[in-house]
Amino acid sequence: MTNVGKARSERCALTASSLVFSAFFLVPLTLVAAAAPDSSLIPSIFSPESTPAHSIHQLSLLVLAISAAIFLVVVGLIAYAAIRFRRRAEDDGKEPPQVYGSNPVEVAWTTVPLLIVVVLALATARVIQEVQNAPQPESALDVQVIGHQWWWEIRYPKLGILTANELHVPVSSENRRAPTFIELRSADVAHSFWVPRLAGKTDLIPNRVNKMWMEPTRTGLFLGQCAEYCGTEHAKMLLRVYVHTPEEFERWVSEQKAIIARNPEVAAGRLVFERTACVNCHTLNGTIGDGRFGPDLTHLMSRETLGSGALPNSPENLRAWIQQPDRFKPGVLMPGMNLTATELDQLAAYLATLK
Amino acid sequence: MSMPGSSSAARSVFERLHSWVVTVDHKKLGLMYIMYGLLFFVVAGVEASLMRIQLAVPNNHFLSPQVFNQLFTMHGTTMVFLVGMPIIFGFANYLVPLMIGARDLAFPRLNAFGFWLSVFGGLLLYFSIIGAMGMYGAGSAPDVGWFAYSPLTSKAFSRGHSTDYWTLGVLVGGFGSIATAANIVTTIVCLRCPGMTLMKMPLLVWLNLLMCGMVLMVMSPLTAAQIMLLLDRYLGAHFFDTQAGGSAVLWQHFFWIFGHPEVYVLIIPGFAFASEIIPVFSRKAIFGYPVMVGATVTIAFVSFGVWAHHMFCVGMTSVGNTFFAISTMLVGVPTGIKIFNWIGTMWGGKIRFDTPMLFCLGFLFQFLIAGLTGVMLAVTPFDWQLSDSYFVVAHFHFVLVGSLLFTIFAAIYYWFPKATGRMLSERLGKWHFWLFIIGFHVTFDTMHIPGILGMPRRIYTYEAGRGWETLNLICSLGVVLQAAAVLIFVWNVLRSLIKGQRTGNDPWDAWTLEWSTTSPPPEYNFAERPVIRSRRPLWDVKHPTDPDWKYE
Repeated sequence: MTNVGKARSERCALTASSLVFSAFFLVPLTLVAAAAPDSSLIPSIFSPESTPAHSIHQLSLLVLAISAAIFLVVVGLIAYAAIRFRRRAEDDGKEPPQVYGSNPVEVAWTTVPLLIVVVLALATARVIQEVQNAPQPESALDVQVIGHQWWWEIRYPKLGILTANELHVPVSSENRRAPTFIELRSADVAHSFWVPRLAGKTDLIPNRVNKMWMEPTRTGLFLGQCAEYCGTEHAKMLLRVYVHTPEEFERWVSEQKAIIARNPEVAAGRLVFERTACVNCHTLNGTIGDGRFGPDLTHLMSRETLGSGALPNSPENLRAWIQQPDRFKPGVLMPGMNLTATELDQLAAYLATLK
Repeated sequence: MSMPGSSSAARSVFERLHSWVVTVDHKKLGLMYIMYGLLFFVVAGVEASLMRIQLAVPNNHFLSPQVFNQLFTMHGTTMVFLVGMPIIFGFANYLVPLMIGARDLAFPRLNAFGFWLSVFGGLLLYFSIIGAMGMYGAGSAPDVGWFAYSPLTSKAFSRGHSTDYWTLGVLVGGFGSIATAANIVTTIVCLRCPGMTLMKMPLLVWLNLLMCGMVLMVMSPLTAAQIMLLLDRYLGAHFFDTQAGGSAVLWQHFFWIFGHPEVYVLIIPGFAFASEIIPVFSRKAIFGYPVMVGATVTIAFVSFGVWAHHMFCVGMTSVGNTFFAISTMLVGVPTGIKIFNWIGTMWGGKIRFDTPMLFCLGFLFQFLIAGLTGVMLAVTPFDWQLSDSYFVVAHFHFVLVGSLLFTIFAAIYYWFPKATGRMLSERLGKWHFWLFIIGFHVTFDTMHIPGILGMPRRIYTYEAGRGWETLNLICSLGVVLQAAAVLIFVWNVLRSLIKGQRTGNDPWDAWTLEWSTTSPPPEYNFAERPVIRSRRPLWDVKHPTDPDWKYE
């Protein structure tokens, strides 16, 4: 290639590389701006609404600021070196002066990164301490979460509540602290509990008890899901956390503790439940069903989703799910129940009363 | 009917193939390693593309969850064990003897043995697709993820034999890696030409010595873990059997004390390529050679003390978490030193932007970003959010694609004329570079954001309305550009093998010993044993009045 051709291709190279650089900054910003319809349901780690997520967020801003500064300096150096020291069209063909190194320079660019590491290490150690060794206040709510393939068992041991996939907790305020302390276990393989706006993730590992906590400061629905690959339906092991005002939470608790009166109109449906394989896997208070393999169904209608978030809990969806859960969650461990149309009508009518 | 002409031609083709199969020549084995790696690179690339089609839109039904899970398991396992490892061993095989003035590796037969073991391991892994008798139909590929966390791999959760094919394939390939690493270490220690003290070796040789030393150490825990898993599955052992008191976390420790140094095993040869190519195209000696050696030794050493940063979410104590956060951040220091020394090499040079150098510049840019996101992940609380999210996926693709693969492409463009006697087309090379780097950034810059928005990795589909749709679509679109770039690269290689411009011994005006012999080199490499006095023996020859040995 001639020198002129080389110079031209170098100019192209430089223009294109500046394009790449700007794309690196602009594309992400534009995309974050183009948010989804209900931005409160975007589980972004940068919009925390609970204490551990808050302190992580603040630490992450420090880390991002330091990283951005390093990035700009080093990219600037690379770009400057590449442009300033490119071979020119009018090059004389001689080799440039050979420099083999410089000890002072090496010491400088070793010391500065070391100092940055010290700063980051101290900030990190502090937040680790703050989050992991936080004392549990008297007013804290105790919850146990047990991971299953592919759903969440949720227990409130002091309240005697057993539910699944949708965690309800009270909101915390300055004068009335109500953090939730969670014990995490697994019934089968490793899972991970992650609701980004409330807290970082913690794994659920069989034969081991892990702990985490959250202290939400805003009411509402927060989305999360299993974050450790746990088999076929890992993607549909979704998690919903509802943060209530103290009054709403009390109401939810009393609803969950209420004993549902036997309704003679749906007795046939209850019989269908008790006479099919349902009872092997599902607990339903007031029936013979005491299985532990699947979610507790005692207050099924108080939940907004079926199949750990696989589909909304509506009468039609429930019927379709019972007949063919695989359609919504391929590989799910619940078999299709093969009920007759009458049986399905009766069962659905019965389940609809489990408020 | 006898046709003497055609039958003798057929025999000669057969004989030529036969000569490759039985060869113990380090150059032929090196090229076979690289070709084997590139072949699986295309396979694993197709697997990735299928996954990106599935994830392009929410609630997609293009792939079933079972197939998707097999694809990411095979993609990861293939890229690490059947692409990365063979290609870096291929280059080490080809270049180390040439660069130290030796005629072959120390143990040529062991070399062939190592190569064919790796091939057998790879074929065993892929045979699972028809032979594994898994849960779904006749056969099934492994679906436990490339780090195969227990107890998902136990008999209770992984029926059939797909996990066994994974275990055995990786185990057998690992034996091959141990054989080759031992061979290269021995070669570098024992077969250097007269005058080549350790501190006069080209950096590529130094870095491959460290890489192979690390391979010898990391393959042991991996092999041990795979054997324990086999014992669990077939002889009723309970190492990882949580139902019987075994430990799921034990597997993670074993795997990551292999897995994290393995990342450096893969990227150190990338550093090695950059450390040879950047000086030649900047027309300057490498800046701070002893510091570069020291920094790499430090990286290799510290990398054995960082493995549990993959496990910040498993519930370690705050002391453990803090220790691994700090040790991980410390790796950033020698890594930064290397980046600065490469910039120092370019500083004051006369930089030629040929394709190998373009890929090295891309490497510098991407490796800087990979390092910075790596520091973010080392900050334990930040990692509690980012771990196992798409942010991590983006981060390690910046390491393995943006950094390692870029330097591999640089190395292929740089040493292709040495191995074949013909140049790769510069015009196609530039197309390859620009399409690939743009496609890479479209896919992997974007991919950080769904992770920040709460998207976990390894999910076969996702719900709409979480802010992930557009981002995933963009990630998937970038694949088109990358695939086009790879097609251009394949075309460039095939075309240049036949029509490439013929070249002399030393097309880049370079300084290390491999450029002093013919292209391609004869079977014996050097007619006479070279004697050197400096790190750049050809510089000394080309500049007799101003030789390096006066200054080193």
